Amino acid sequence: MFIITLNKQVRFAGFAMCLVSGLVMAQGYGGPYGFGSAPSAEELAKIDIDVMPDGRGAPPGQGTYAEGKQVYEGKCVACHGADFKGVKGTGGAALIGGRGSLSSGKPAKTVESYWPYASTFFDYVRRAMPFNAPGSLSANEVYAVTAYILGEANIIGKDQVVSAKNIASIEMPNRDGFIRDPRPDIFNYD
Amino acid sequence: MRSSRAVPEYDDETRRLIDAMREAEERAIAARFEASLDYSGAPAESGQRGVATRRQFLFGAAALAGTGSMLPRLASAAPPGAMDFPVPADSTREQGRLTNDDGGYGSRSQFEDEVRWRFPTATKESSWTMTPLADGMGVITPSGLHFERHHGGIPNINPASHSLTIHGMVNSAMQFTMDDIKRFPSVSRIHFIECSGNGLTEWREPTLKTVQGTHGLTSTSEWTGVPLSTLLREVGVKPRAAWILAEGADAAVMTRSIPLEKGWSDAIVAYGQNGEALRPEQGHPLRLVLPGFEGNTHIKWLRRLEISDQPFMTREETSKYTDLLDGGKARQFSFTMEAKSVITFPSGEMKLPGAGFYEVTGLAWSGRGRVKRVEVSADGGKNWHLASLQDPILPVCHTRFRFPWFWDGQPAVLQSRCQDETGYIQPTIKQLVDVRGLGGGKYGSIYHLNGIQSWNVAADGSVSNVHHYA
Repeated sequence: MFIITLNKQVRFAGFAMCLVSGLVMAQGYGGPYGFGSAPSAEELAKIDIDVMPDGRGAPPGQGTYAEGKQVYEGKCVACHGADFKGVKGTGGAALIGGRGSLSSGKPAKTVESYWPYASTFFDYVRRAMPFNAPGSLSANEVYAVTAYILGEANIIGKDQVVSAKNIASIEMPNRDGFIRDPRPDIFNYD
Repeated sequence: MRSSRAVPEYDDETRRLIDAMREAEERAIAARFEASLDYSGAPAESGQRGVATRRQFLFGAAALAGTGSMLPRLASAAPPGAMDFPVPADSTREQGRLTNDDGGYGSRSQFEDEVRWRFPTATKESSWTMTPLADGMGVITPSGLHFERHHGGIPNINPASHSLTIHGMVNSAMQFTMDDIKRFPSVSRIHFIECSGNGLTEWREPTLKTVQGTHGLTSTSEWTGVPLSTLLREVGVKPRAAWILAEGADAAVMTRSIPLEKGWSDAIVAYGQNGEALRPEQGHPLRLVLPGFEGNTHIKWLRRLEISDQPFMTREETSKYTDLLDGGKARQFSFTMEAKSVITFPSGEMKLPGAGFYEVTGLAWSGRGRVKRVEVSADGGKNWHLASLQDPILPVCHTRFRFPWFWDGQPAVLQSRCQDETGYIQPTIKQLVDVRGLGGGKYGSIYHLNGIQSWNVAADGSVSNVHHYA
């Protein structure tokens, strides 16, 4: 701990001398500070895992319904169930069903009925699933399980290969289901 | 006392969850009662209480009702966060325990036993705990009692190997070690963080019994860190940039899209909480603090910020944390936590010992700035009286209010409502339901309930959670 502190002080002294010859800055200093370093391409690739609705960030790869069925039955079914409704007590969410239920008073919010983009599903599975081994699926496995679930939900055909090239073109049923927050929505002002 | 409005039936799944929550709260109440017997100085077998302190108003109703789950408790077992020391018959007749005998980091008294309790979600990795607001004093939440919400457990991160990367629509992508981050000019700000799910059980009918259950997903800490604007200047943000993706290093790799303007205003990349490093449950070694925004956006274990022109539409801002309305559309990016207040004393499950003077106290807060005014009603909202506010009144911070009340021993309904500096006045739950609907979700809109809380005080002094409208 002391060694680190000393090291920092030494580094700072050297840095300050180059910039301002050791003067105290009475008016403050707004930067630049020059701290930090540029990440390498490898470092960035390792953590830059998000995928956007327009397909930006989608990693190279592809997967089929049949491949996805294998992934699902091996790694997902224990929590999400053979019926895709979620297994009680596991915390696994329902993935399929509920389409048209959002205005019914008993809405079922599933990937099929509620999630707005295929990228939302791909991105989440890629970063956080399966629950017991998050981040362990290959890009091809994530594409495959996307093809499987969206195929089972009749959002895409079961013969459709999902890939980096076409994930942005998949239209989810609730794509237009979201509105921006209009609050304040209660006006008790005095 | 309850509203005469029809309460829709819950479906089976919802009923099971609510039952489980009620049971968890009952267990917490029973544990508190046992602890009060062990440590109040009264013999456990007698059930007698010691001197009536405010703390011992708590859970009087549970003591009367009996919860059926009071297991014997080892007298040597100190409450969490405390160490068990011998209690001398007369502390003036023998030397106390040795200086620095605690190893150099203090613990609380073994006679203090308030704890967070966990919502009974299916897994303990994706779960949340509630702050015991009924015991709180002032406005700061002790770090060990700050509410928690985790989606993939609590990661254990060595700060020496942690870094924050800022990239995307920037002039130069940068990676900052914790040492780098601590070299930037710092700020300390006292802000509340409230989960937008705070009160989710209370939309349709009064459900949980205690203020910890109904309001325990809000806490206040002093946060220390670097203004995000400093880091944005350092990397240089490109034109047309509008959103920031913030990402955590937990097993959920939690992500939320944040409007870039929040980064330029008051966002903090924080490493300090209440004068020391962040607690692991609060994001150690680094978290985002977005004053006034819903808790989920204050990304913990922060590892990456990506600047972009569009929101990223992650799971937590689409499937979750959106407000489904009647009609099937859902509000998205409902960031601001609106003005809200709650009376913490007296509150649910307490029992007042009789007519007489009580200082009614509670907390008020707003994500839009300072609390301007808090009013208290003892007759269910017919008449309102100004409460006094504790200085200093800080923006986007819990504000302690107090109101002197002489209880005549007749049934009463206590309520508080606050106004923030924008003029916005806290609405009733009914007003919120009228605008947002109840049919949209399990509990209504689920998120962003900031309605007025009602506590019924019965003639016997027992306090309970009700919905009540003047």
